[in-house]
Order: sequence, then structure tokens, then C-alpha cells
Amino acid sequence: MLTFLAAIGAVFLAFLAATGRLVVFAGLALSTAFTPPFHLRVFLSEMVNIGYFSLPVVGLTAVFTGMVLALQSHTGFSRFAAEGAVATVVVLSITRELGPVITGLMVAGRVGAAMAAEIGTMRVTDQIDALTTLSTDPLRYLVLPRLVAGLITLPMLVLVADIIGVFGGYLIGVYKLGFNPEAYLNRTQQYLETIDVVSGLVKAAVFGFIVALMGCYHGYYSRGGAQGVGRATTYAVVSASVLILVSNYIITEAFFAR
Amino acid sequence: MTDASLPKISVRGLTKSFGRKRVLDGLDIDCATGESLVVIGGSGTGKSVLVKCILGLLEPEKGSIRIDSIETVGLRRAARERLMQKSGMLFQGSALFDSLSVWENVAFGLIHGRGMERLAAKEIALAKLAAVGLGPEASDLRPAELSGGMQKRVALARAIAAEPEIIFFDEPTTGLDPIMADVINDLIVKCVREVGTTAVSITHDLVSARKIADRIAMLHGGRIVWNGPTEEIDRSGNPFVDQFINGRAEGPIQMEIRGL
Repeated sequence: MLTFLAAIGAVFLAFLAATGRLVVFAGLALSTAFTPPFHLRVFLSEMVNIGYFSLPVVGLTAVFTGMVLALQSHTGFSRFAAEGAVATVVVLSITRELGPVITGLMVAGRVGAAMAAEIGTMRVTDQIDALTTLSTDPLRYLVLPRLVAGLITLPMLVLVADIIGVFGGYLIGVYKLGFNPEAYLNRTQQYLETIDVVSGLVKAAVFGFIVALMGCYHGYYSRGGAQGVGRATTYAVVSASVLILVSNYIITEAFFAR
Repeated sequence: MTDASLPKISVRGLTKSFGRKRVLDGLDIDCATGESLVVIGGSGTGKSVLVKCILGLLEPEKGSIRIDSIETVGLRRAARERLMQKSGMLFQGSALFDSLSVWENVAFGLIHGRGMERLAAKEIALAKLAAVGLGPEASDLRPAELSGGMQKRVALARAIAAEPEIIFFDEPTTGLDPIMADVINDLIVKCVREVGTTAVSITHDLVSARKIADRIAMLHGGRIVWNGPTEEIDRSGNPFVDQFINGRAEGPIQMEIRGL
């Protein structure tokens, strides 16, 4: 019994230590934002990498999510003659939940993994030490631009995903389910409030930060050659995905719980 | 201001462990201004750890490291960055930045560490590349497009780009063919003798050590077991040095080998 409790205690302590390391890492990286030099080139390149190059995968995911959502809600709502709510359900689900969450998860897989692999490879090949010997703070050069780029770019990406997702619902609603195009668009706007979109964008900013932080953190502390880099990549994607889902609940609670 | 009579680098009682393994155990060593010191020793004896401690890349448990009489152990980040401007480092695996071109690698410290304009930094980078025998045609290539010897030369150009007061060379000739190794040795000698830089190299390549060193120190068991002028290494009278330079399996240095 005592051994069992000790094992639980050890896991809990390890969790606290890892959380502490992560918070210190994020704090140290963010503290470099208040003094020059600022590495604008790296920041812009990360924005293009996170935003522009994620557009195809995010667009495809969003359009199919919108299409499935319209189809499912139509078949479900037709059981109690509420088919007219399809457009409203699609737009609210996409803007509040599915747009940010699916974009966050896609970017975690695409960008978070790439960040962990790149920084991890830099760690195991002494490139991070080389940065230090060239009077360049690795946290300032490698981590801060990625954190800020994640924070800023994900909301833009989610805005695009929202539009494409709603368009996917429109395609199914109008061309398969036979809704009147004008009526569908009217219902889309009718019950949509600013907070629905804003809450989704706030979620996106948090998710972007989480994805970049997990990618950088696991890459930065990777050890043990190629295997270590592979492990860092897995941890980055898994931890970012879990944290996205957890923080999604917390933000939803903060915005919409009464 | 520096006093010529004081060592450029002074290490006292340096101790560093990884888990239970004590790699450096109260190590003492000095390096004078303008001197080329080569630390030799077997694989895994802590040569790289010593250099990484001096550079502040690893934090020692105990001991003192002074550069120009300034204590560097426990320096804060900003002070460490300023100190780094005095030094350059050639890494064993070159450690070139994959995502940047050759000239951007060489100019990196000038642009990001010293805030120099890119154009001016590029001019210096091209001059340093020429000094290590690489023409402008190589400047726009990526490190992955270069051979191992060319990567080492780019790394050397990067290490000397900011004309540092101290340069560290970590196994500068490892993995190179004898001719390319000699080219790198000549370049190191040229950099050190012509510019008057203080150099600390670590290697187990004795040909290289004899060529680039003013003084050789042997690291074993976490301490310096012998150090003296290069020309005295063959008559050191030290059993560790004798075994090492003659490459004998028998002697005071024992490898832990189990039977087949």
C-alpha cells in the first residue's frame, strides 16, 4: 500500500517539476521580449511557416468539417422537424469550437512537430551551443519569435478556417439538402454574435502559444541523438494536443458558463 | 585592460559530474595571452566538458574560471553574452546552421551578436571565407551541400569572423583525411600566429597537437596529469603521456573491456 502511495507521489512530484520547468522556460523566453535585439526575420519566417504553409491542410480540414456538420445536423434535426437550424448550428459550432480546435490540432501536428524536430536537431548537433558562443541568446533567437508567431498567426488561420468551414456547410446545405441560398446565409448571420467569433479567436491565440511552446520546449531539452529528437517530436504533438483540449474547456467555461 | 603577466584563462579546482560520474575533479590549468594550448586525452576524459565549462555552456559544481581575471562561473545572461564576444569556437561537428547559407553562417555573430548591417557583415564573411580557402561561389550554398572538410573550413571562418581574443577548437581534425587535416592545422596556426589570438584546442590527434600547440596538457582522471612545452612531450617522463603518445594498450590508462 505504502509503495503504491509512494509511486503516486513520485508521479505527482515529477508532474510538478515538469510544470515548473515549462513555466520557467516560457518565462525566460518571454522576458527577452522587453529588450533588443529583436529577430524580426525569424519572426516573419515563422509567421509564414505557421500561417501560410498551414493553409492547405487547415482549409481542407475546415471545409470537410463544415460539410459533415451540415449533413449530420440535418439528419439529426429532421427527427424533430428542426432542419431550419442547420445553418445556425454549423456557424456556431465552427466559430466557437471546431474552427479553433481542429486548426489547433492540425497545426500541432504540422508545426509543433517540425519545431521540436528542428530545435531538437539543433540541440543534438551543438547548433544551440554555437548560438551561445556567437553572443546570441538561443531563447531570444529560437524560442521567442516562434511563441509570438504562434500567438498571432493562429487567430488569422482560424478566421480563414471559420470562413471555409461555414462555406463547406453552405455547399452541402444548398446543393445537397436543397436549402435556399439566401435563406441559408440569412440564418447563418441571424444568430451569430461577436462573442462567438471572438471566443474562437482567443482560443486560437492560446492554442498557437501552446503549440509553439510545446514544440520549442521539447526540442530545446531533447537528448540522445536521433532517437531523442524523435521522442521530442512525439511529446511535442501529444502534449500540445492534450493541452489544447484542456484549455479549450477552460476558455469555454470562462466565456460561456453562466 | 589586461595585465600581460596574468593568464588569459585561469581555471582552478574545476569539478563537474554527470550523475554519479565525476568527469572533472578539481582541475587546474592556465593559458597565457597569445598562447596556443592543446589539451590531449583519451575519449570520454572530459576534454569537451572542460571547454564547455570555460565557455559557460555547462555549469561546474565547484571551482573558478577566470578570463582576463574576471570570474565567469555564475555570470548572468547579459554579462555572459558580452564575455562571449571575446571568444570564438570551432565545434567538433562544425555545428553550422542548416537553415542559413554559408556566408550567413560566417556572418551570424557579426549580425546577431554585434548588430552589424548585413551588407557589411557579408563583406567580412566573404573575406574570412577567402582566408580559409573558400571562394565566393561557396558563399550561397547551404552547409548540407558541402563536404566535411569544407564544413570545417566554414566553421573556422565563423569562429574567426569577429576576430575574437580567444578561440576554442574542439577536435578540429577529427573525421578528416590527413591532407585536409593538415590544411585545417595550417589555418589554425595562421589564425593564431598572425592575429595573436589565444587558442585552446582539445584533440586526441597528436600530429595536430604537435603542429598547433605551444604547450600541451594531458587530461586524465578529471585532472591535468602533465603539462609542458610541445617540444618536451616526447621526454615528459610521465607514464600517462608516454602511453598516450605511443598508443599502447598497456600502461596506467586502463580501458574497461570485458571478455568476448
